[in-house]
Amino acid sequence: MAPLLEMRGITKSYPGVLALSGVDFTLQAGEVNCLVGENGAGKSTLIKVLSGAVMKEGGTISVGGEDARLGSPADAQHLGIGVIYQDFKLVPALSVAENILLGCEPVRRRTPIIDRNAMREKASAALGQLGEVINTGTPVGQLSVAQQQMVEIAKALSRSVRILAMDEPTAPLTERETQALFRVIRSLKERGVGIIYISHRLEEIFEVGDRVTVLRDGTLVHTCGIREIDRRGLIRKMVGRELENEYPRAALERGKEILRIENLSSDRVSNVNLTLYRGEVLGLAGLVGAGRSELARLVFGADRRTGGRIFLDGREIAPESPHQAIREGIGLLTEDRNRYGLIMQMSIRENISLANLRAMLTGPFIDPRKEETAAKQLTDDLRIKAPGTGVIVETLSGGNRQKVVLARWLNTKARVLIFDEPTAGIDVGVKYEIYTLINRLAEQGVGVIVISSDLPELLGICHRVAVMCEGHLTGVVEGAEATQETVMTYAHRDRR
Amino acid sequence: MSSHRITRNLPREFGIGIAFILEFILFSLLSPYFFTPDNLLNVSLQASITAIIAAGMTFVILTGGIDLSVGSLLAFAGIVATTVLKTSLPPVTGFILAILAGLAVGSLSGAFAGFCITRFNIAPFIVTLATMTIWRGAAFVWTDGRPVWELPAGFAFLGTGRLLAVPVPTIIMVLTFVASHIILTRTRFGRYVYAVGGNIEAARLAGIRTWRVLVNVYVLSATLAALSGILLASRMNSGQPNAGVSYELDVIAAVVVGGTSLSGGAGSIVGTFIGAMLIAVLRNGLNLLNVNSYVQQVIVGVVILLAVMLDQIRRHRR
Repeated sequence: MAPLLEMRGITKSYPGVLALSGVDFTLQAGEVNCLVGENGAGKSTLIKVLSGAVMKEGGTISVGGEDARLGSPADAQHLGIGVIYQDFKLVPALSVAENILLGCEPVRRRTPIIDRNAMREKASAALGQLGEVINTGTPVGQLSVAQQQMVEIAKALSRSVRILAMDEPTAPLTERETQALFRVIRSLKERGVGIIYISHRLEEIFEVGDRVTVLRDGTLVHTCGIREIDRRGLIRKMVGRELENEYPRAALERGKEILRIENLSSDRVSNVNLTLYRGEVLGLAGLVGAGRSELARLVFGADRRTGGRIFLDGREIAPESPHQAIREGIGLLTEDRNRYGLIMQMSIRENISLANLRAMLTGPFIDPRKEETAAKQLTDDLRIKAPGTGVIVETLSGGNRQKVVLARWLNTKARVLIFDEPTAGIDVGVKYEIYTLINRLAEQGVGVIVISSDLPELLGICHRVAVMCEGHLTGVVEGAEATQETVMTYAHRDRR
Repeated sequence: MSSHRITRNLPREFGIGIAFILEFILFSLLSPYFFTPDNLLNVSLQASITAIIAAGMTFVILTGGIDLSVGSLLAFAGIVATTVLKTSLPPVTGFILAILAGLAVGSLSGAFAGFCITRFNIAPFIVTLATMTIWRGAAFVWTDGRPVWELPAGFAFLGTGRLLAVPVPTIIMVLTFVASHIILTRTRFGRYVYAVGGNIEAARLAGIRTWRVLVNVYVLSATLAALSGILLASRMNSGQPNAGVSYELDVIAAVVVGGTSLSGGAGSIVGTFIGAMLIAVLRNGLNLLNVNSYVQQVIVGVVILLAVMLDQIRRHRR
């Protein structure tokens, strides 16, 4: 039997770079084929070719044994190809039903008037297939991220997809929601849908995948059944070399206290007490919504404090805005670099200098040489891959974008740096570089706090892990005692 | 990965610059009078009032905002300045005070709009729509609907005088554009304007006091509108309460034709300058060719649309 999808010798180039070079990819009905590789390996481009969003320059695609012409997203939809992107393509103000049937609304016979009842029924049916109960009249903007994702999947199902590509679907999900998604994936498999699954979380690939396909620098490196390879082997294929240790850890030289918070509170954080020492990497664990990012934003002056005190080097500070916090020497690498970190239309150089333009001045003017020197040094240091510092950040891959944000904060010479999900959506190779950098900062005496939902990562690189649950700090675990179990116990403990 | 494309190898003003040159050549061929120093200086004089405001408007639009109040402010500032002139102050002092009063009205109005936008989080369109009505109304209330006449001799120099044959408003316009360009490209404030327009939350989290940037762009825009108001009053040798009606639209057209994005974050002063000149040259050329003024309106509209379309096509080419 012909495979459900067969892509042969796919080639695509962008000015200055060969994004895909003769890539083969096959997908059987009822199979989950995981597509892995570092940022910039060509995964997204391959999906875009499949979805008709970009035109391939060479190669052939056949769907169900027949040659497929993919000239536009409409062609792809017609062939039963559905794609769920990282950033959902939903209209927040429209209801669940309206989103699911967007573009193919049922109408009353021989009129242009939308049949609202039929619409509700169709939408409920699509959601029902997923075992989801969501009120179809609710505006999508009011749903949780996980529910929005279910709406995306239901939207694809209502168009009878045969091939469903998912790009980092679990990035915004909690553990429980992830499990629910996996159940959906399994039931789609049973119905013969072929699934292309992209994720940087390798444990998920081993849990849900049947096959794995590795891309590196736009070429196919390896494809095999999931049972035929282990984690270490997979990383080696992706990175192209052996990583000695997935999580490097800095030698702990705990110095003097650098940051102390006492009874810090806001509407999302209750009475948190925590001390950070020079030279240590402190982890902040907890479930999504436990108040970790909110705590970081309080220390950074980004949100309103309702009580409590903050001491930096023993001196009380009261940052009312990020501007003040930065002047005191605190930096925050926010979660979601695209939304809260980068100015997309600006160059690498301009993004790097943004938080510390003061240092780039000569008189009242920005000195292009000072700015270029600083940016050049940091891009070299962090190995940001770009032809120059004048490149617009929008054109960079996720890992390089994260490095640009990192460079910005290194440029401020902050004494306390808080990293909020620094490795989300980033490949193994760049993750390793970021860990190394965090360690180097700690060794230089910077106080480092790392927030992450990736528990093995936190346990791997942090000397202590503080755990939050529902706005409270529920426990602090010393490195030696820190295990997934102890941390999760604290993460689920409700103190109220 | 849609990455590593090296975008913007050409400056964004490239397309509009070519269009401007073509327009220039076309009118030079069609009308013998077009390409003469007299006529070109005349064009620059006619363009100066809206162009000066457009320089300020560029800052506002770069932050993703809009300032609809500039036409009304132009009238109100002109009236305040001419009223001060008519008080029996000694000539030089009165002259200086009149200009300062006019500019101050602009700055305060801009600060007020900026305050409403940042403190109460109201859309700039709404705030400046309101102040547009307020200042227009105030201009009529102040003067009882009558122009302020009989101004001291000498005031007309600002709007009608020439230095080495170059009209004074043209000189002021050029100075305004040079200063604006330097501020936008070389100072922290300029950089912050782009950052706020590109992603205001990311800008705030990078330590930028975004509210200050926003207030400042409205102050700048309103002050330049007031400056234009004073120049126009001088040119007409009177303060007219109905001066500058719908100028805000001409100004916005110049900025947009110059390639500045209405959603903020991208654009330039150079672009605005070319945009303003392109429209002014078009009007002048059509006049020289004796094109009926109603037909002119249609042509100007079509050209604005074409310019923006070309720009979009160039930018979204994949």
